[in-house]
Amino acid sequence: MDGVLIILMDGVFYAAYLYLVALGLTLIFGVMKILNIAHGSLYGFGAYTGASLVLFYSRQEFWPWGVYLVLIGSAVLVGIILGPIIERGIIRRFYREEVVVPLIATYALFLVLDDVMKLIFGTSPYFAYQPLNLAGNFSFGNISYPVYYLIFISVAVISGFLLWAVMNMTKFGRFVVAVMHDPEISNAMGIKLPRIYLATFTIGAIFAALGGAFTSPMTSVVPGLAVEVIVASFAVVVIGGLGSYSGAAIGALIVGIVRATAVHHFPVMELFMIYLVMAGILIIKPQGLFPIEEERRI
Amino acid sequence: MGDHVLEVSNLTMQFYGIKALDNIGMTISAEEFVGIVGTNGSGKTTFVNVMTGYLTPSSGSVKVLGREIGGLHPFHLTRMGVSRSFQIAQLFLELTVEENLLLSLAARENVYRKVRMPLKTKHYLKEARELMNLFKLEKRANSKCLELPGGDRKVLDIAMAFALRPVLMFLDEPTSGVSTEEKFQIMEILVEALQERGVTVVFIEHDMEIVQKFAHRVLDFDEGKIIADGLPEEVLQN
Amino acid sequence: MRPFYTKFFLILGLFVVIGIIVPAWMRYLLTIALCKGIIASGVMLLLKCGLVSFGHALYSAAGAYAVALTVKHLGVREILIIIPVGVAAGILSAAVIGLIVSRYREIFFAMITMAFSMAFYGFLVKAYGLTGGTDGLRIPPPTLFGSALPEGYERFVLYILTLIFVALVAGILHKTERSPFGFLLQGIKGNEVRVSYLGIPVQRAVLRTFIISGCFAGLGGGLLAVNSGHIDPHLSYWTVSGEFVFISLLSGVGNLNFVFIGAILVEFIRSYAFSYVPYLWQMILGGIMLLIIIFSPGGLWQIYNSAADRLKPSLKDSNPGVKHNDS
Repeated sequence: MDGVLIILMDGVFYAAYLYLVALGLTLIFGVMKILNIAHGSLYGFGAYTGASLVLFYSRQEFWPWGVYLVLIGSAVLVGIILGPIIERGIIRRFYREEVVVPLIATYALFLVLDDVMKLIFGTSPYFAYQPLNLAGNFSFGNISYPVYYLIFISVAVISGFLLWAVMNMTKFGRFVVAVMHDPEISNAMGIKLPRIYLATFTIGAIFAALGGAFTSPMTSVVPGLAVEVIVASFAVVVIGGLGSYSGAAIGALIVGIVRATAVHHFPVMELFMIYLVMAGILIIKPQGLFPIEEERRI
Repeated sequence: MGDHVLEVSNLTMQFYGIKALDNIGMTISAEEFVGIVGTNGSGKTTFVNVMTGYLTPSSGSVKVLGREIGGLHPFHLTRMGVSRSFQIAQLFLELTVEENLLLSLAARENVYRKVRMPLKTKHYLKEARELMNLFKLEKRANSKCLELPGGDRKVLDIAMAFALRPVLMFLDEPTSGVSTEEKFQIMEILVEALQERGVTVVFIEHDMEIVQKFAHRVLDFDEGKIIADGLPEEVLQN
Repeated sequence: MRPFYTKFFLILGLFVVIGIIVPAWMRYLLTIALCKGIIASGVMLLLKCGLVSFGHALYSAAGAYAVALTVKHLGVREILIIIPVGVAAGILSAAVIGLIVSRYREIFFAMITMAFSMAFYGFLVKAYGLTGGTDGLRIPPPTLFGSALPEGYERFVLYILTLIFVALVAGILHKTERSPFGFLLQGIKGNEVRVSYLGIPVQRAVLRTFIISGCFAGLGGGLLAVNSGHIDPHLSYWTVSGEFVFISLLSGVGNLNFVFIGAILVEFIRSYAFSYVPYLWQMILGGIMLLIIIFSPGGLWQIYNSAADRLKPSLKDSNPGVKHNDS
């Protein structure tokens, strides 16, 4: 019984991590039809910025619980600085291109940003455990878990809820949904596409950075962390159906639990379980679990 | 049965509960020229899409050249001798007019898999040239389709289907987008060539003058049903 | 056709001469670049029909591991046997995976090919007993016609051998480009509906292309293994596939044989970047890639073509079948 609980806990935790990154990825794809490989870099920047600022904050004699706000703050900072730069500078050029060109362009961007990260933050690892240690532990079955895990899961759930609320309850959200379904008609109706794109991209960037920032206390922040996350979150998004954010949640849970099961029971399979599950699901449902319908007229 | 090129019975096509085609039944004999008329959304293009394998009917039977087509892909049907043109021309925009036609010929001659021979061999170039002359596209031979005006695109679209030497040919609004002066000219060229080869033709058309002039028989579609079937004069009266 | 073969043998001769005069390290770099060029030519073929394979490293890794395992377990070191084994592994893996991926297009195609290559990477890392895990496998020097390569000239002989395979691939690419099948690839990229309505099964054509590209990848991977003498699972990592995509893009699908120029350029840029600005080579690669996509989507071929247009019309390869601005 404990075994199942442990797998569930680990799985949900891993899912939360993937969900935060996948959320922005799928949102950006839904609106702009661009699968942004550089999304992983935004996650990386979030992690580095979060770790750096947490270290800085912890050296001051401030209110200790403020580190969590520092994490959120660094994610927003990364999002609103890098998001617009990337969208305006690079991504914007590729909206009218066929799907593969932006894919390659964002891959190129990913390569560039990976080195920019090394230039800014150096190559030695960052350890910023303060947020993790501050919250203490709790017992779950016979196992003791950091309370921080729960904080992390809450951040993911709240992010998902916030996005849902923005999409369904605000005028901006309705515009975004309109653009998702038909950019040309939306444009004709007076929705300013460039603004919607810019805003969506920035929001997506903030989510990615949030994922990075909140992950940073749990690992050592080292170069190359952007690579690891991007492929796994692709799998999540593709399983869930590109552009669908409820799909991303289900996809994240599937991948999270599959991975946790593999880690505990078939450690040999850990590295490729995710991809096998993804390939398996796509063989059954070629467009993912919750595809966004597209019409083609001849 | 052998005389019927097309036999449709109890054909229904549903999309999300809406019947785009509603219990259609009819037959078309060899070498007939059938015009299909009807308002937008009456099921004309859906009908052609089902006949050519793009859509699989929800229920009913369609026999093309004596063979039940349920589950057959467009490429199967094309190989059986059914070809079609499109409402919106479907071309290889990055290729030239000549190359588009050459690909059509390579497909017909079943050499499209070949790697060892060049596409532009004398034999095929000659036939492509003839086709371009026939359809008055010779001046455009080396233009990319991307640069073609809408009318020429439509004509090339038809020429590519024609090049396949079909037994049964569907034309989806062959003259839409073609200038008024050229409409009749194009239809005359096409109809003459098709008649010469004994092709059975089904064409969707909005221009009643064209239907009047070229159809032997007219089907009137409305809300997925055939509401009239007869000689042009009779049907077009209403 | 004549002018092509004149040019073809001239360039081939030039490469032989280069192989004789340049220092050994440069020749080695050239050899590796040519192997990667062969692999990337498979990616090019797919790119021509509008498909981006972000997992082509799998098929080259399959070729490389097939070679290494044949040498290790069967004790066969004859290059004329082990290279065909590598090719067979490339074909086989591409045929099996191609059956699944040929249904997909665009992003899905890119992602699924990537997923399979990452699964294969995971397998190579974990199947320690078979593959040596992350340590990889060593490939001892091969034999040719049953005898060891002449001492002191091993690398040179391997270079010439690689060159022969490159020539073979280049000839095939040249023919393909002009063939009905080559045009069909562009047709698939342009309009699949029309392709079906010409009576051509698109999925089967894509599968065929995929298998051919797997064949090239297997060949390139096998040669890479023999030339470098050591392989590890990183060969199947997705960023390696990304590099092949990069080479194709840089070269431009307008002329498939430009892939070798692209491959050589990338290998040398990388080598120099590594020695002068070790932390910046990714940035340089990525930067060039972005510049190419934005300013010259047809790659080096497009640059060459417009330069040739401006300088001297006769300099240009006068092949009507080749497009200037494929992207």
